[in-house]
Amino acid sequence: MRLESPTPDAPTAPRADESEAPHATGSGGKPVQRVSGVVIRFAGDSGDGMQLTGDRFTAETATMGNALATLPSFPAEIRAPQGTLLGVSSFQLQFADHVVLTPGDSPDVLVAMNPAALRANIADLPRGGVIIADSDEFTKRSLQKVGYTVSPLEDGSLESFQVHALPLTSMTVEALKDSGLSRKDSERAKNMFALGMLSWLYDRPTQATEKFIATKFAKKPAVRDANLTAFRAGWAFGETTEGFAVRYEVAPAEHPAGTYRNITGSTALAYGLASAAHKAGLPLVLGSYPITPASDILHALSGMKRFGVTTLQAEDEIAGVGIALGASFGGSLGVTTTSGPGLALKAETIGLAVMLELPLVVVDVQRGGPSTGLPTKTEQADLLQAMYGRNGESPLPVVAASSPTDCFTAAVEAVRIAVTYRTPVILLSDGYLANGSEPWALPKVADLPAIDPAFATAHNGAGDDGTPAFRPYLRDPETLARPWAVPGTPGLAHRIGGLEKADITGEISYEPENHERMTGLRQAKVDGVSVPPLEVDDPVAPDGSRARVLVLGWGSTYGPIAAAVRDARAEGLQVARAHLRHLNPFPPGLGDVLRSYDRVVLPEMNGGQLALLLRARYLVDVQSHGRVRGRPFTAGELTDVVRDAVTQLPDPQLPDPRPASAAAPSAGGVTESPQEARR
Amino acid sequence: MTTTPTRTTSLGLPGVRTGTEGVPRLPEGTNLTKKDFTAANEVRWCPGCGDYAVLAAVQGFMPELGLRKENIVCVSGIGCSSRFPYYLDTYGMHSIHGRAPAIATGLATSRADLSVWVVTGDGDALSIGGNHLIHAMRRNVNMTILLFNNRIYGLTKGQYSPTSEVGKVTKSTPAGSVDAPFNPVSLALGAEATFVARTLDSDRKHLTSVLRAAAEHRGTSLVEIYQNCPIFNDGAFDVLKDRDEAQARLVRLTDGEQVRFGREGEEKVVVRTAGGGVEAVPAAEAGGREVVVHDTGALDPSQAFSLSRLDGPSMAHVPVGVFRSVSRPTYDDLVRDQVDSAREESGGPASDADLDALIAGGDTWVVR
Repeated sequence: MRLESPTPDAPTAPRADESEAPHATGSGGKPVQRVSGVVIRFAGDSGDGMQLTGDRFTAETATMGNALATLPSFPAEIRAPQGTLLGVSSFQLQFADHVVLTPGDSPDVLVAMNPAALRANIADLPRGGVIIADSDEFTKRSLQKVGYTVSPLEDGSLESFQVHALPLTSMTVEALKDSGLSRKDSERAKNMFALGMLSWLYDRPTQATEKFIATKFAKKPAVRDANLTAFRAGWAFGETTEGFAVRYEVAPAEHPAGTYRNITGSTALAYGLASAAHKAGLPLVLGSYPITPASDILHALSGMKRFGVTTLQAEDEIAGVGIALGASFGGSLGVTTTSGPGLALKAETIGLAVMLELPLVVVDVQRGGPSTGLPTKTEQADLLQAMYGRNGESPLPVVAASSPTDCFTAAVEAVRIAVTYRTPVILLSDGYLANGSEPWALPKVADLPAIDPAFATAHNGAGDDGTPAFRPYLRDPETLARPWAVPGTPGLAHRIGGLEKADITGEISYEPENHERMTGLRQAKVDGVSVPPLEVDDPVAPDGSRARVLVLGWGSTYGPIAAAVRDARAEGLQVARAHLRHLNPFPPGLGDVLRSYDRVVLPEMNGGQLALLLRARYLVDVQSHGRVRGRPFTAGELTDVVRDAVTQLPDPQLPDPRPASAAAPSAGGVTESPQEARR
Repeated sequence: MTTTPTRTTSLGLPGVRTGTEGVPRLPEGTNLTKKDFTAANEVRWCPGCGDYAVLAAVQGFMPELGLRKENIVCVSGIGCSSRFPYYLDTYGMHSIHGRAPAIATGLATSRADLSVWVVTGDGDALSIGGNHLIHAMRRNVNMTILLFNNRIYGLTKGQYSPTSEVGKVTKSTPAGSVDAPFNPVSLALGAEATFVARTLDSDRKHLTSVLRAAAEHRGTSLVEIYQNCPIFNDGAFDVLKDRDEAQARLVRLTDGEQVRFGREGEEKVVVRTAGGGVEAVPAAEAGGREVVVHDTGALDPSQAFSLSRLDGPSMAHVPVGVFRSVSRPTYDDLVRDQVDSAREESGGPASDADLDALIAGGDTWVVR
């Protein structure tokens, strides 16, 4: 949870194993132990309902007022072969009474609904961790499927963990014996039994889940009743079993006053787009082709017709962006949503939008690549595609969201830029942000920045004969934006297209000098987009010294980087931190910031793409830490990176071993102002 | 609007809305002329190009629509014909190769008050843009698509196209092309198009009559225009342009009438075959066989499809005119109806408070 702590410098809170002793008795007469935070991972077969279980536990936890962050992880296959490692689906969440920046490096509690779930996740569980396993599923056949010859629940291999082997399936079936459901149907409610049990164990409120079940299965009373019964039976089992000696309590985190909800990145992004369109007074038209992990934005916007949102499910990715651009030409806010493979297909149309200079928002929810890659896993490797993935000199603004809730703000910013500067904007999210969730202090739409489409309504110049005329490429001197004259406006009829335009008149022009001038103007317009200066979190030490190492990030690495910096500072290390929302143009002064540190460390979920851009632009020897494993960084890993960077810095008192020519970038060739940069 | 707004699929009242309903009209007594639709730009097609004739016909026909000029938009792709918007003094977009139907779909769906025209060619529409073309017709988006078919790639200097006859010798097929061509009319009928017609660049009167019917139609109108490329495929349609040959070969389809054609004294009729298709036979030999009566409004497109197959590479008998014209609710009307009714049900356009409520959802908590 990041909103309430722009400077996450609190020391790491004690975890469950170092917290206070049990202090009171809860329901069922069991002692209650207060812990500061817990990481739970629910894992099971794709068909076991683990995502739903995780979602519900998250909702209960959010209502409690805990800080939290989540990480759903599921296979690309809808129903991989049952009981196999391939088919394991999991949902991890960290919740705490203090600021939470990541879903947790490793779980404290692993709920394993079958042997495959145990096998796929046990390596992540630290010694001493809690395993809750459905012992009914540890049959000979299920064990064999994942390569166990003996049940790990019985062979002593889990001795260093706290294992609760519980017959969750048969207890669920027993609880439902009077339901009239078949055994098979009864078994399907075992995830609700597990949820009930965990809800008891961590003292979660249950009303919302009961209401959720009642609503979700309103049309199937038998299923509704079975799920409610299983949920309550799980709760009652936790209360009465002697297996759980204590119950845990995680106090609410301190949040600033306000109204909160829990929200995923994709939902927040959809709301951001709709809210910004509303502020601009523009109808939103989405052209989109389904693709993982971006489809949830299409789904969310499709349900928002009453807010003036029109969604068209296109025949392909190219049509999706074409529809959006056609709508923008007509005076709507055209939006298209996709992931990396779709962005590749849209490239030519985005180039057309660069040439037409019309507003367009392209959302890329990045996933592992290249090609089909890892459809359900996260990555940040589309940055260079977003920056340069078009023919010709084709600059456009690029904005990246840093957390699930920040997807809202970033979407509003993308719309502001697109409309103000008449340009396509690429908004980068990723699989982690899209599916992850966190509590959100609700913004007020009235407080969002105003966005003015400022449609052209009258002639803005004179023709060759001196009579008033419309000049479609006569620019606003401040923003360099061209007029947005939509069909239906009398007197402003004009033709635009992908052929090079003559400056001001917009006629076709193959003139060499004009092409160079227009190329420069398009670049200058993007370079001149107003972007707030970079905020650097660099607390001055008590002795007045300042950090020599800066950790820079962009996009969804915000959480792990902030957590790592917090942990490194708790160790006494001095380190600064900054995070980029704007990747094109970069915020003013970025080069000066980078050059003011002895070392800049840049973790990103790719092979070093932002590092490449920064080195090229500012001639600063940015140290890249790139990983592509399809999952977010852990805070622990990045703490190691930060520690290494700080401790391995040469002492500034000693002479620099590098040759003089390499010691400092030469002043020439390094420029800050966009005007100079484009010469 | 004559259809009832509905959240789900409305059957509407077929045939009541015209193609230009909802588009602002000129005040009574105001008339535009061809000159009003003629842009100042110098036309840069090759001398003798068939595109000139189509441009002149369209510019001459547009005033007939009685629409405000600023509410007409022409969208094109890439190719010789796609330069069309530059020469038509309306709003226009010369887009990218094959994508005009997709762009026009976004424009037409978001703006009920526009008359949307798409100009494309055989390569643009049927090769690189084939997917967008069939889906526009399947959806029945309200737009008129003029498909200039010269059976060649002109702008790239003379490669064979998806409508070139088998064996076409070009720079890219020195030994002759081997792939079978599309029949655009058959393709359109197969793609559920609600209006399909064919005409010729050289027959101004016929071309204009087809444009009139296409513009009147609400939904996607596909008009194939046989067009001569004097540089790379000259004379492709000469047999249809020679006065005498044309009389022998052109099958002018007229709704409700028997399909008859041919020179005087050599009249032919189109009759049903035993296999369910149609064939052209000399009228004198038709005997008791049933002569096909053309029915543009038949919901079953089978007969129209059969007529589209009457033609062969020899162009011995080429049907022209309107093959099909049926009413089906348009995609853009239905999409707008859903949005409009959702807004009406919730009391009009959303306010800030409505957005706040949406964002809050149903599961909030308050920290004091």
